[in-house]
Amino acid sequence: MNHYSGWKNALIAFFLFLSALYALPNIYGSDLAIQISNAGDASIGEQDLAKVELVLTSNTVDYKSIDLADNRILIRFEDSQSQLSTKSLLKTSLTRNYVVALNLAPSVPQWLSDLGGSAMSLGLDLRGGVHFLLEVDMEAVVTMSIDRYYNELRPLLREDRLYRSIRKEGNSLLVTFKSKESKQQGRKLIKDELFDLQIVDDIESELQLRLEITPAAIKVSKSSALKQNITTLRNRVNELGVAEPIIQQQGTERIVVQLPGVQDTARAKEILGAVATIEFRLVDEKNDLQLAVNSGKAPAGSKLYYFKSGRPLLLKSSVIATGENITGASSGIDQNNAPMVNIQLDNAGGRSMLETTKEFLNHRMAVVYIENKVETIVENGEMVKIRTKTQDVINAATIQGTFSNRFQVTGMESARAARNLALLLRAGSLSAPIEIIEERTIGPSLGADNIAKGFLSVLVGFALVLVFMAWRYRVFGLVANVALTLNLVTIVAVLSLIQATLTLPGIAGIVLTVGMAVDANVLIFERIKEELKSTNNIQKAISSGYEKALLTIADANITTLIASIVLFSFGTGAIKGFAVTLSIGIITSMFTAIVVSRAIINLIYGGKKVKELAI
Amino acid sequence: MSVKLLKVPTIDFVNKRHWAMIFSAILLVASIISLSVQGLKLGIDFTGGTLIEVGYQQTADLEEIRGKLNEANYQGTNVQYFGTDTEVLIQLEPQRVSSAKLSSSIIHMLGEGIDIRRVEFVGPKVGEELTNDGGLAMLYALIGILIYVAFRFEYRFALGSIAALVHDVIIVLGIFSALQIEFDLTVLAAILAVIGYSLNDTIVVFDRIRENFLSTRKVEPKPIINDALNQTLSRTIMTSLTTLLVLLALFYLGGEVIHSFAGALLIGVVVGTYSSIYVASSMILALGISKADMLPSEKESKEIDSRP
Repeated sequence: MNHYSGWKNALIAFFLFLSALYALPNIYGSDLAIQISNAGDASIGEQDLAKVELVLTSNTVDYKSIDLADNRILIRFEDSQSQLSTKSLLKTSLTRNYVVALNLAPSVPQWLSDLGGSAMSLGLDLRGGVHFLLEVDMEAVVTMSIDRYYNELRPLLREDRLYRSIRKEGNSLLVTFKSKESKQQGRKLIKDELFDLQIVDDIESELQLRLEITPAAIKVSKSSALKQNITTLRNRVNELGVAEPIIQQQGTERIVVQLPGVQDTARAKEILGAVATIEFRLVDEKNDLQLAVNSGKAPAGSKLYYFKSGRPLLLKSSVIATGENITGASSGIDQNNAPMVNIQLDNAGGRSMLETTKEFLNHRMAVVYIENKVETIVENGEMVKIRTKTQDVINAATIQGTFSNRFQVTGMESARAARNLALLLRAGSLSAPIEIIEERTIGPSLGADNIAKGFLSVLVGFALVLVFMAWRYRVFGLVANVALTLNLVTIVAVLSLIQATLTLPGIAGIVLTVGMAVDANVLIFERIKEELKSTNNIQKAISSGYEKALLTIADANITTLIASIVLFSFGTGAIKGFAVTLSIGIITSMFTAIVVSRAIINLIYGGKKVKELAI
Repeated sequence: MSVKLLKVPTIDFVNKRHWAMIFSAILLVASIISLSVQGLKLGIDFTGGTLIEVGYQQTADLEEIRGKLNEANYQGTNVQYFGTDTEVLIQLEPQRVSSAKLSSSIIHMLGEGIDIRRVEFVGPKVGEELTNDGGLAMLYALIGILIYVAFRFEYRFALGSIAALVHDVIIVLGIFSALQIEFDLTVLAAILAVIGYSLNDTIVVFDRIRENFLSTRKVEPKPIINDALNQTLSRTIMTSLTTLLVLLALFYLGGEVIHSFAGALLIGVVVGTYSSIYVASSMILALGISKADMLPSEKESKEIDSRP
């Protein structure tokens, strides 16, 4: 009685060995490092490594090690001074398709990481960083699709001069035809050519047709808007240089962006949310500006614009090039020490620019900065989205020579504004406006505080329980303590293995598990005590104590598990972290408190003539 | 044997249950009054708004910060020390135009040389969703538990444990409302953990009640329930104590961020322990549990066992 077979003990020992092994990576610290990855999807190879090494050696940079793994190059440093200086060195010497970011690299020994061992990944509240929840303005997406179909419908019906007018009404298009015959013809054309449009209102006696976009097509354009925005955001984050960013779709219209270790959150916010682009237009020098300002109406073929200072300017309606034509942009300083942006255009944009500058030499050209914003406001208890589109002229200068695809734009407010504009132009524009609807930023100092405090409370709570158990249950208490310690190790191992993110509430979950995990042992030991009252057979008391407590433990733990699974599925960030550690803790504690403690008790008392139990 | 065999206590819990009921009733009524009169002091997770925690080199001048905020015409601001007098917590109700940019402009306004420790912005829509999700989570947890207990035990046990849980949740919420402690997402998580904990306790007692019903000839439910409570008493106290020990560590050492979380759990564990002794068992007694109710499940299991 009370004897585990050899293989059972071996199996338990093996499990514990695995736990210890995979918990091990966490005791190693981490190195200050620079991480270099590819901005696109391309992989990083040996030649990239050679390129980086060349930069490092030719500048006699002092670094600990450099290696290539998981599609990224990691350079480790002794101190933050050399880490920071090397980052700016690499940023200037490497081309733009590399992302250079500061990182903390765990210094797990090679043999351990070969076995798949890695340290727990820490949440933003422990390492510092920003969490954003962004919402794509889907109403704007629908409006934009309507505009697109409006632009497609007109040339389609114009060929045979079928329509009298086409109007946008909310999310539908209202077409008035010239005659019944043209309506007939138009209806067929629309059905054949524009299958994403459906006819919703068609009265036989009237000449009108009301068209809407089919739900399926709306769904497609919404999801593609979301995907495009994710791509753009990824580009922008790459430009910011963040190691291990997370950019994920959440639901059908939201995007989660997590940037660990980002310090300048204001800039991150500006960059992520901005829907900014620029347009190049000729200045209308023929028409009377004052007249247009007074009447508030621009003459045909022109549009009235304003500088940020409020100065008006008439610009021609036709656009020379837009942000979409831009293939490269970088910020700099011109001869007058004013901030500027170097622009590079694609072929189409370059051609159009060349033609325009040839034809309109010594005329003026303007750069218009366009920004779309969406904000939610609460008005009389109702949530209303307000959309604003600002179009500011940032510069209007005389064309002094012909140029095509490379030129400069000046007139920026500040060097920071120039940097931001260049970044946005490089990363591409968002296909629909987005709004930050949730932000959680944890500064690095609070992150470090949280780790220290969390660790301390685990330690103290753990120590208190150890003392208490040893005092109350003596030898059995010590066995429970061993089980509890192993439980902690196992929790850490599981968290490291599945790479669940450890957060401060997660640490709280571990602390709570420590308190509750001993419950199983308490149940067993109290039961053994009770059994001892009714029998003199100590071995029997031990085994029936374990047996009788087992069902109770299972019932009690399963119900707690139900609560924590619900927490996990409904919770966001903080709560999820708590639920994960609590669930893992409950499961591992069943193993350590029941199986492992039994194995130890068996080794101590099993099969021996025991006169008394130290319980 | 030198082992100290503590005698099983013989406290007459069951006959004192009327006192416990009066006590619970007073607490519940007080909680409900507090909840309906002054409600919960909801954090920005649920109301939406902006929260900024900043660290200063020296003692921070709260009046100066308030002055700056007033000058900039922000509404519904709350400025207070957070933990120490070098750390300041600034909270803003949702403004007419609420956006993530608000925090940037406030940080800019506070000037140079401060350490940005934490910024949280919750848009009005997200706040609403978090409130709904939180309520739903509570509901689903209760339903899930109800089903499990009804399946493992009997519906009266399920009702008894749910009564105890509802009792605990209302009282914890009531205390948070009465003391006007801020109720945020972590506190909600704590309350769900309390549900798990309190249930754990209740299940242990119920398990014993069932076992006693099946193992003795007695049919009177009162002494059986009373025995079960006494037999599990030392375990109930031990587990509560170990849990309280770690929670105290968390409460005093875990830092400000985790403070109300640990507080909610501390209150919850005390209330949960009490309710599993008094509320849950009184409830099944009131619902008329009897030995006969326990038998079918035993018969069923024997039937299954005797199948070839």
